[in-house]
Amino acid sequence: MGKVHMRVYRGNSEGGQLKDYNVQAEEGMVVLDVIHKIQATQSSDLACRWNCKAGKCGSCSAEINGKPRLMCMTRMNEFKEDEIITVMPMKTFPIMKDLATDVSFNYEINKRIPPFTPVEGADWHWEQEDVDRVQEFRKCIECFLCQDTCHVLRDHDKMAKFAGPRFFVRIASLEMHPIDALDRTALLKNEHGIGLCNITKCCTEVCPESIHITDNAIIPLKERVVDKYYDPLRILWNKVFGK
Amino acid sequence: MSDNYQSFEYDVLVIGAGGAGLRAAIEASAAGCKTGLVCKSLLGKAHTVMAEGGIAAALATVDSRDSWQQHFVDSMIGGNLGNHWRMAQIHAQQSPDRVRELEKWGAVFDRTNDGKGNINVRHFGGHTYKRLAHVGDRTGLELIRTLQDKGVHSGIEVHMECTIYSLMKDGDRIAGAYGYFRETGRPVLFKAKSIVISTGGIGKLYFINSNSWECAGDGFGLSYLAGAELADMEYIQFHPTGMVWPPSVRGLLITEGVRGEGGVLKNNQGERFMFKYIPAKYQGKYAETEAEADAWFKKVVIDGVKEETVKERKPPELMSRDVVARALWNEIKEGRGTEHGGVYLDIASHRSAEDIKKKLPSMYHQFKQLADVDITKVPMETGPTCHYMMGGVKVDPETQMSNVPGLFAAGECAAGMHGSNRLGGNSLSDLVVFGKLAGEHAAIYAKKLRDFPKIDESKLAGLNKEMNQPFENQGGEVSYKILADLQHIMEKGAGMFREEPTMDQCLKDLEGLKERVKKVTAEGNRMFNPGWHVALDLRNMLAVGEAIVRAAKERKESRGGHTRTDFTGYSKDFAKKRVVVRQKGDKMEVVREDLPQIPKELEAELINAHMLKPEVLKQLRGEA
Amino acid sequence: MAMDVRTKRGLGVTLRKDAWWLEPLFYQCLFGGFVVYATWAALNPYGPNGKAYYEYGPYLSPMFSPFFNPDWLHKLPAWLATPALLVLWAPAGFRGTCYYYRKAYYRSIFMDPPGCAVGESCVKYQGESKFFIFQNIHRYFFYVALLFIFVLSWDAILAMMWPVNGIGPDNHSNLGPKEFGVGVGTIVMALNAYLLGGYTLGCHAFRHLVGGGLDFLRVKKNNPIRFALWSVVTKLNERHMQWALVSMLWVGFTDFYIRMCAMGVWHDVRFFGFINKIGHIFGAAT
Repeated sequence: MGKVHMRVYRGNSEGGQLKDYNVQAEEGMVVLDVIHKIQATQSSDLACRWNCKAGKCGSCSAEINGKPRLMCMTRMNEFKEDEIITVMPMKTFPIMKDLATDVSFNYEINKRIPPFTPVEGADWHWEQEDVDRVQEFRKCIECFLCQDTCHVLRDHDKMAKFAGPRFFVRIASLEMHPIDALDRTALLKNEHGIGLCNITKCCTEVCPESIHITDNAIIPLKERVVDKYYDPLRILWNKVFGK
Repeated sequence: MSDNYQSFEYDVLVIGAGGAGLRAAIEASAAGCKTGLVCKSLLGKAHTVMAEGGIAAALATVDSRDSWQQHFVDSMIGGNLGNHWRMAQIHAQQSPDRVRELEKWGAVFDRTNDGKGNINVRHFGGHTYKRLAHVGDRTGLELIRTLQDKGVHSGIEVHMECTIYSLMKDGDRIAGAYGYFRETGRPVLFKAKSIVISTGGIGKLYFINSNSWECAGDGFGLSYLAGAELADMEYIQFHPTGMVWPPSVRGLLITEGVRGEGGVLKNNQGERFMFKYIPAKYQGKYAETEAEADAWFKKVVIDGVKEETVKERKPPELMSRDVVARALWNEIKEGRGTEHGGVYLDIASHRSAEDIKKKLPSMYHQFKQLADVDITKVPMETGPTCHYMMGGVKVDPETQMSNVPGLFAAGECAAGMHGSNRLGGNSLSDLVVFGKLAGEHAAIYAKKLRDFPKIDESKLAGLNKEMNQPFENQGGEVSYKILADLQHIMEKGAGMFREEPTMDQCLKDLEGLKERVKKVTAEGNRMFNPGWHVALDLRNMLAVGEAIVRAAKERKESRGGHTRTDFTGYSKDFAKKRVVVRQKGDKMEVVREDLPQIPKELEAELINAHMLKPEVLKQLRGEA
Repeated sequence: MAMDVRTKRGLGVTLRKDAWWLEPLFYQCLFGGFVVYATWAALNPYGPNGKAYYEYGPYLSPMFSPFFNPDWLHKLPAWLATPALLVLWAPAGFRGTCYYYRKAYYRSIFMDPPGCAVGESCVKYQGESKFFIFQNIHRYFFYVALLFIFVLSWDAILAMMWPVNGIGPDNHSNLGPKEFGVGVGTIVMALNAYLLGGYTLGCHAFRHLVGGGLDFLRVKKNNPIRFALWSVVTKLNERHMQWALVSMLWVGFTDFYIRMCAMGVWHDVRFFGFINKIGHIFGAAT
């Protein structure tokens, strides 16, 4: 392999710009390798997060040629030989420096979700079928690419009213747990603004863990909200037969 | 501005937010202590997420013959009796409770399919019975997410992206920690009554490793410099199955689960070579022919027949990691390796494509995405990779406290639990068992103190100046260059195979690096500057590197993760000793200490129960 | 590069290099085309001399089924007085509130967003929390759509009952006995019912109602039927988009096929039944 031409965002909260780098590539490299090579040979202060370099920790999220992706799972050979590859930090979150963004919003949201609370005196025996659904959600590596791509946060800045796809997945994993005792439906509707989601599925498209965020988490939760707030027959049924 | 440090006060400060750190913080917080948790990355990104196969605990949900005693024996034999027996015992006894506790906190383990709805367990190298509770091949992620969610709701204060540069002491005892926030570069002082070190491993000291950048030996270096003793530093686990191709992923782990699910090792002649390498201690416990191994596999793994009713023995691919890694190395050395210098790990010939994708989804994904290899069709190429440090801070088994009052250690950076070689799955259980103990006892210790220990704040300016030095240095090297050289030096001098002259050379090379580190240069400023971060990490890494080599020189025998070409085999002189490294003035002192032995009554009990063979004990003690 | 690329916003702003605009364009054409055709077809149930274009012998266009033609309908303006008016609200409502279609038209018609990581015009956004809150009615449209599956399946069965006395010039079956027969149109109609079934039964709301709303606990033992149903619906749901698009196009094609028969543009070919009366092979043309 020859030289690759990278265009990497350099800047901080005061502003920044794209900077060009030419790097000697080796076989099998991913974008993160190239970033590391830039650090080692050209700009040692280029900021970027990474940990496992195997798509398991979700640290190296960025936007590569405009698409939210993990740098460690984006191979260089998927680009054309003379292509200029642009690497930007996630757009939705405030920038810290270069490719590192301030994702503390996500940690704040997580604190506001009531934790797993088992039914008292629960039977702790259950079958694989009971938890297949939940396990899909628990694959989440918290790369926050779904949060980054979600237009409700990205373009409409609804941080104050909207939890974002990652946390609908989190809530789904709790709500569908066999013996979780809490009901977070009111919270979903009111505090976490699930109604703001217009299910355009970009979260599902960018998920590196291939979690069916929209179909398996958000829509089923929306249906649970319908049960409780919008379906007159269901509400009546629940009133009469109690629930 | 950089002299203007932020300051926090905690009863218990936990450094490192992997499994052990989180578990310790939860425990300390539950005990009513104001608890702070510091981590170098974002919360939930620690190297624990990489653990794939499972968490070992004698739950006996699948094989009713399992017991803590058997788990204890397996760990001791796997560790070639290099373990502190009491730690191995505590671990085996408490791990089932810790696993069930995780479930109570929201972890969702895979279930058995026998209609009873129990936690399912799988086979792993060196474990006599199926023993690893798991979640597909992402058990570590499940563990860390569970603890993370439990933690953030237990009032722990988390300081993310913060690196500790130095531990602070008040006389002999611990008093706090000083470091910097990675984002801003601003210094920070944590005053603490007790500190738990849970910083993970040392993988980044080696060129081919399976670890993340965080595993730079911080805890070892910090504790050592604060006067703590390090033990067993010569025992480093090289995992037999790391990826070897392409170069950018070299060392990346292939889970042992691949072998557990039927993967076999072959050399370039297509020979399944592990049958040649069954050591005396495992003689009679593993299959001796391919037919036998395949029959066992078909019955136990595919058809789900209860293992106790199967007369065949399990395949030798499932022996402990040190044994398999050495076998692999030998095949490669003798010219029977693959084109990229590994051997073949073949699961395609034993499982259907559908099964592979279902049982090992992330392995399938990893190879497909990173190496263009479809493991459901062709074999993987694999070779040894630096994976785990068995040694670490020498701690009291009951309390996890080091010889420095108030300084505790848990997880990979504590020594003793695994002896000379760790069994797969024992690391995750180690984290939660000893994380809990460390948190509990750090809280007890902290509660006994009425006032915070005193910190001589006049020292802080000096430390800050030290941290700033790379910006003052002109014309030195970039930290990355020195790091790369260090990795190659360690790989060559204290890698899988060691001998006196190369280790001596290695020590000399390390001395040379120390001089270069003094002049290391960082560009830019203190704001989120990875080059500067690495420059500061190098100090710990050099200390740890030196400790490894000196300990390895001291142990003149081969045992588990310490293989010497000039002293092969177990030696009577070292079987009951552990090598301890400590600071004496400016120098590193190496001493041999007695390693506590299994009490006679317990040993007799295990022998009577046919779990332990006297001849194996003899052999491992170098008396055979 | 003085301008900060990071903070730039607005419709279509992106660093994506692929043809992201192709997807919205495709759906604009597809949905636009279908709506135009369906509206035209619905508003033109009759040809000259009262000739029915919505049916041809035993075939009835799905856009007009179930067929009602009450007198009050004709009090409406003539151009609006089509029996399709009494039918089409249901499938239109079902598809219009369908989770899949919502995704597709929010993206391609409302441009909200036009593509993933592609900027949009920042008008006041309320998602489905204010105006679009009516989307939550989806499950009620599902109940109706479920009835339609039975109706359309029945239509497909009726499409095998051919009038022995042939088809009149108005395209109605002539009175008299019926005989069994299968034509291309029968297969088109049966396929239509099948595709609509696959689409309707894979509905997200249905998936929730049959089992998704449960928290599974020993579900195979405690709720075996609901779990089995949920599993089947889940399988269908995984391909909801494909079912949605193909079934939509097929509805259009079914109407088109029958309309062409009715207009005499082409002749329906019958596979069975010609043993009874050879002349029927070429339908009414004889």
